[in-house]
Amino acid sequence: MDKLDQLVQQAAAEFAAAADGAQLEQAKARYLGKSGSLTELLKGLGKLDPEARRAAGAEINRAKEAVEAALEARRTALREAALLAQLAAEALDVTLPGRGNTTGGLHPTSRTLERVEALFRSIGFVVADGPEIETDWHNFTALNTPENHPARSMHDTFYLEGQDDVLLRTHTSPVQVRAMLAHVARYAGQESMPDIRVIAPGRVYRVDSDATHSPMFHQVEGLWVGENVSFADLKGVIADFLRKFFESDDLQVRFRPSFFPFTEPSAEIDVAFMSGPLEGRWLEIAGCGSVHPNVLRFGGIDPERYTGFAFGMGPDRLTMLRYGVNDLRLFFEGDLRFLSQFR
Amino acid sequence: MQFSENWLRTFVSPALDSEALGHLLTMAGLEVEEADPLAPPFSSVVVARIVETDKHPNADKLKVCKVDAGQGEPLQIVCGAPNAAAGMLVPCALVGAVLPGGFAIKAAKLRGVESFGMLCSARELGLSEDHGGLLALPEGLEVGQDVRAALGLDDIRFTIKLTPNRADCLSLAGVAREVAALTDAPLALPAIEAVAPAIDARRAIVLDAPEACPRYCGRVLRGVDARAATPEWMKQRLQASGVRAISALVDVTNYVMMELGQPLHAFDNTKLQGAIHVRHPRAGETVRLLNEQTVTPAADTLLIADEACALALAGVMGGEESGITLDTTEVFLESAFFAPAAIAGRARAFGFSSDASHRFERGVDFELARTAIERATRLILDLCGGEAGPVEDAVSPQHLPARPGVRLRPARARRVLGVDLDDDTIAALLARVHLPVRRVDGDFLVTPPSFRFDIEIEEDLIEEVARLYGYDNIPAVPPRGDLCMLERSESSRNAWDVRHLLAGRDYQEVVNFSFVDAAWERDFCANPDPIRLANPIASQMNVMRSSLIPGLAANVLVNRNRQQDRVRVFEIGRCFERKADGEPVAGFHQPLRVAALATGSAVREQWGTPARQVDFYDVKGDLEALFAPGELSFESLSHPALHPGRAATVLFQGRRVGILGELHPVWVQRYDLGSAPVAFEVDLDAVLHAALPAYREISRQPAVIRDLALVVAQEVSAARVVEVLRTAAPAIVREIGLFDVYQGKGIEPEKKSLAFRVLMQDTQRTLEDAEVEQAVEALVRQAETTLGARLRG
Repeated sequence: MDKLDQLVQQAAAEFAAAADGAQLEQAKARYLGKSGSLTELLKGLGKLDPEARRAAGAEINRAKEAVEAALEARRTALREAALLAQLAAEALDVTLPGRGNTTGGLHPTSRTLERVEALFRSIGFVVADGPEIETDWHNFTALNTPENHPARSMHDTFYLEGQDDVLLRTHTSPVQVRAMLAHVARYAGQESMPDIRVIAPGRVYRVDSDATHSPMFHQVEGLWVGENVSFADLKGVIADFLRKFFESDDLQVRFRPSFFPFTEPSAEIDVAFMSGPLEGRWLEIAGCGSVHPNVLRFGGIDPERYTGFAFGMGPDRLTMLRYGVNDLRLFFEGDLRFLSQFR
Repeated sequence: MQFSENWLRTFVSPALDSEALGHLLTMAGLEVEEADPLAPPFSSVVVARIVETDKHPNADKLKVCKVDAGQGEPLQIVCGAPNAAAGMLVPCALVGAVLPGGFAIKAAKLRGVESFGMLCSARELGLSEDHGGLLALPEGLEVGQDVRAALGLDDIRFTIKLTPNRADCLSLAGVAREVAALTDAPLALPAIEAVAPAIDARRAIVLDAPEACPRYCGRVLRGVDARAATPEWMKQRLQASGVRAISALVDVTNYVMMELGQPLHAFDNTKLQGAIHVRHPRAGETVRLLNEQTVTPAADTLLIADEACALALAGVMGGEESGITLDTTEVFLESAFFAPAAIAGRARAFGFSSDASHRFERGVDFELARTAIERATRLILDLCGGEAGPVEDAVSPQHLPARPGVRLRPARARRVLGVDLDDDTIAALLARVHLPVRRVDGDFLVTPPSFRFDIEIEEDLIEEVARLYGYDNIPAVPPRGDLCMLERSESSRNAWDVRHLLAGRDYQEVVNFSFVDAAWERDFCANPDPIRLANPIASQMNVMRSSLIPGLAANVLVNRNRQQDRVRVFEIGRCFERKADGEPVAGFHQPLRVAALATGSAVREQWGTPARQVDFYDVKGDLEALFAPGELSFESLSHPALHPGRAATVLFQGRRVGILGELHPVWVQRYDLGSAPVAFEVDLDAVLHAALPAYREISRQPAVIRDLALVVAQEVSAARVVEVLRTAAPAIVREIGLFDVYQGKGIEPEKKSLAFRVLMQDTQRTLEDAEVEQAVEALVRQAETTLGARLRG
């Protein structure tokens, strides 16, 4: 049966030589087609006697299977080659920029305020809000700063034309008074009221303008009033906040006696960084103190029963320190080259 | 306040260097803002006299000087200063001297002539920027003496920022008292003795308003030489404390004010007529002040007057007519106590402040007037000669500040501070600052001294306890409280969500001023009567904005000027409108709004995407995304800021919540805003509304979709067509969505084709063809009859 083996080898060689599907099919026809060599051999079996026919049939079928296997292998190989060629042709320049919309960003002070809110929320503070055109009473009188008080000259106040009882608020502190009055009203007639824990971020206004002063800027006020809220608590909250905000456990925080009409004792808060461009310098960052009893009374709260603390910080300044910005005016100019750096 | 460290140390000198002293003051609430050495370091510069000057043989501009520097032999020094002249007293840097900046002086030859030292200008010693010539030293200095000692330059000028409650520290004596209390260093204030009257010159004093001026000391001095020179030591102390030396009489009054804290005033006695009255003004009365301002004081302003006219604003400023001059020989000296309430705000009302008003409105020691007038008398007699009359001490004791004891409960101090201080410690701390404690039933009763005006209530004492104990020593404890979860409503968003959403759609947040140019209000808001500031910082920031959009338009201009033509900005901020019953401040409505504006290419320039300018529908899409899944509706709008055909009112839940549109081409051109910016502005409250998701059963039945192209007149809005279709839609119609708008070939010019996709479905059963066809037919018929629409073939 050398002849059959030869035939199989010959078929395999022809299949391998086929460069594409059409040539392969032609080669197939020469062996397995209607008048293909193997088909002819099978047709010739009828002339043999049964004994010989069975033996020869088995041999031929084995050869046929070998040819078919060779055919299938070549088909697969050709398909894979074609796919590879197609994929190679489809290759892209993967370094070209991606398409679609870009994103904008938040104002740098907003970034700060969002973090400030989140940090204070995490210990139970809620956000309070107040008007920016404010009454003289809320901005000064209820904050223990009567007419002619020298502390009024600490603020250069914007007034509205033709009205001397309203002004642009000079600080967020009037929100303290509003928050207290609202809280007291909410729990009126009850045995006791829960603590007031609010922060009030917002815009404030003063007649002042240079590289470190803007006629409009941001403040965030904090107020905690309860039955046993002490100056030590104030120190704890502020020191915790500043270390978390600046993400610096070795941040130095100091409290220095100061004066505000609406707190007593009052303190200025200074921080000093242990590294970076501002290393070792004391930087004023906030004012704070125990809520003055007169302010509690204006808020409808009995200072004998309740005590509290309040603080006011400049989030613009916190932002400048955090990102190393040295000109406050940039915050309010709307220059996209500046603002887009804080995405 | 500024003061000389050396002067302070004559009263109290703790074993602290200058830096430690500064820290001590800062941490006690007397914040040190500056501590400036009067001169930078330099050495071996002495007082010298130029004996003679000769021309330099080889240089026109140089002189060869013989200089007596107290070295025995005169020194030969070459000098180029134009003012170098024989007889002049100048600073001389000897060979071996080191000047500021490390400049060392050596013996040298200048153009062939030897020079042994250098004569110095003020700039060369770092004393000022003056380099016009040699620094001329005052006569009376000893030749050969070190210049630093002679001029008192080894001193530091402290600038402290005093809070309004600490008027007691507005003097050297006051700061010294504080330093002594904080350090236990001994306090040695100057001993002041009464000057016995030598003449019987008097001037009567009448306290017409004793509640405002309960004490007034006056004294006549005669034979005074107002032209006498102020001695160097006094000049140096004043200058090192930031006070300019002027003339002997003025310098003495300033010196005593700085030393003791008592403002004084010197009148020319010959210009006064009759008794001095301390009174309120008569109607229309005017005073011409030292600063040449003529004022008409309000009825509650206190005046010093004689029997002829008003002379001065009490405790604020003296008058032009009655003031001393260099020709004055008779002085009437005033040393008074004015009640803080009678002075507070008065100077500010005239637009200035003075050292006197600054002190009186905060509170001057009411027992100091007599001592201070004796001190000033002594100094004037010593400096200017003359003789003093007796002191007229007019006082109304019942009007002097009352000093009732202030009660302090030690337990209350512990509770407010959160520190466990025992009673004795508290009492000892208070005693250090002249607040002796009397114990009454376990409480403390404290009578503040006459120089403290800030101790009225218990908290004032608690603050002193905290300050003296040291804020640094109060522990910073993590607070304790009831743990209650905060509310977090699902049906409202917060402003941060809105900011992030807009940032995610490629808008940059800005913060614009709330005060704007009145022209913007007029042009963009048709607001002829905006809320005006009484004292704007600039004329283009004189009114409160009633819309955020003009500010965003201004941002476009700023960025276009910086080569940024693609601008997409948003702001969340307040707008201000008049409203009689406004809340919470009557007369004003102050809503928070969110506004955004886009101009330039629709997407950032990129390859493979055709460039296209942002348009109305791009920004409308952003606005809809802001409210999603809430649905907005829109109506055509006429608005002064917006293109009349491209402006819409924004409605949410049937309520007008804002506007959307392309800026009016007229303003775009006038304000140079580039290519048609599109903006929206909506109430933040509306945006924050978020509906709770409402579950609806999902139908298992197949949906049937039919497309419907309707040709309608141009002016029929898409929203109107949908509205009409909905009226005819049976229950099986679930959605009607617009998917194409077509104008052009095949459609008449004044018409447009709107293509809708109609989705029909029933939750319970499969729809039959007949009912689907019936539904479609109903929709078409409704459009035909109501809108004159026809089905596009």
